[in-house]
Amino acid sequence: MSADARSRAVHRPLLGVLLLAVCFAAGAQTATPAEPLVGKKAPEFTRRDLNGARVDLISFRGKVVLLDFWATWCASCQVEMPVFVQWQREYGPRGLKVIGISMDDDPALARRMKAKLQLNYPVAMGDEKLGQLYGGVLGLPLTYLIDRNGIVRAKFQGETDLKTIEKQLKALLAEP
Amino acid sequence: MRFGSVRIAGTIAVLAVVFAAHSKVHAQFGWSAPPPESASSIPSAQILQPEELNRLLQAKGANKPLILQVGSHMLFAQAHIAGSEYAGAGSQAEGLKQLQARVAPLPRKSFIVLYCGCCPWVRCPNVGPAFKLLRDLGFTNVKVLYLANNLGTDWVDRGYPVERGR
Repeated sequence: MSADARSRAVHRPLLGVLLLAVCFAAGAQTATPAEPLVGKKAPEFTRRDLNGARVDLISFRGKVVLLDFWATWCASCQVEMPVFVQWQREYGPRGLKVIGISMDDDPALARRMKAKLQLNYPVAMGDEKLGQLYGGVLGLPLTYLIDRNGIVRAKFQGETDLKTIEKQLKALLAEP
Repeated sequence: MRFGSVRIAGTIAVLAVVFAAHSKVHAQFGWSAPPPESASSIPSAQILQPEELNRLLQAKGANKPLILQVGSHMLFAQAHIAGSEYAGAGSQAEGLKQLQARVAPLPRKSFIVLYCGCCPWVRCPNVGPAFKLLRDLGFTNVKVLYLANNLGTDWVDRGYPVERGR
């Protein structure tokens, strides 16, 4: 056996082991998705909005829902919300429904902000129960996109490029 | 020579356009400079990294700090650092009163760690005012936990000790 052939014989099994390790690592990553809610049915909830009207997630089946967890102390949320107002106006006729969930401790603060930003979509107060239902709302802003069949299709945590959200939103609106 | 000047002018023009576009994007998404007394105002020597705090909590016989959450009570109820207490939102006058009342009986040398984790560090409206209050009250051993993104990402997801409830 030549030196070259000997070297190949030694290295080939090592390469195989390395390849298996890479595949295993990749498999392990896909087996534990970072966002457990994405791809699953959106947890149902019913709340009263700040005007006292009933907000029942299931009643929006057939629409694309943008579920926005926000708070008055969240500066980034206040940047996003006027854009969501604009999207509700623009994409509402195509089936978009924005729902705001305020994670403020005091509803009066949420009411004031709703009036200030002239939010044209329902806003309900959240609590730890609803937060846990959505995997723990442990940082804002937090936005979920739910498709017409009630399946969570995307989660955006923290400051996100709004164009990225809009692109995904438009793709969902284009689905039957 | 003239060609060189044109090239320099051209480069400046291109840079100006790129800068303007960059500013426009920032203006569009509102990611502007953080407000005064944001977390950015806290001296780096007073900042504690999550792994350091976790090490401190695990160490036997270590001088354990009093850990105070100075953000949202609702977020605290969902998850908070094990052993920490809710002390009022630092961005609100009521919250600062609550914090002041909590620390009033403590010696000024007490080891206190403040944290919030409501939003990305530079956007947090709570830790800056809370830290300033304690400094103004004369506390000399106050650290602020650096949570780059939020409590979920930088503490809970790392498997560090957490408790739930108000």
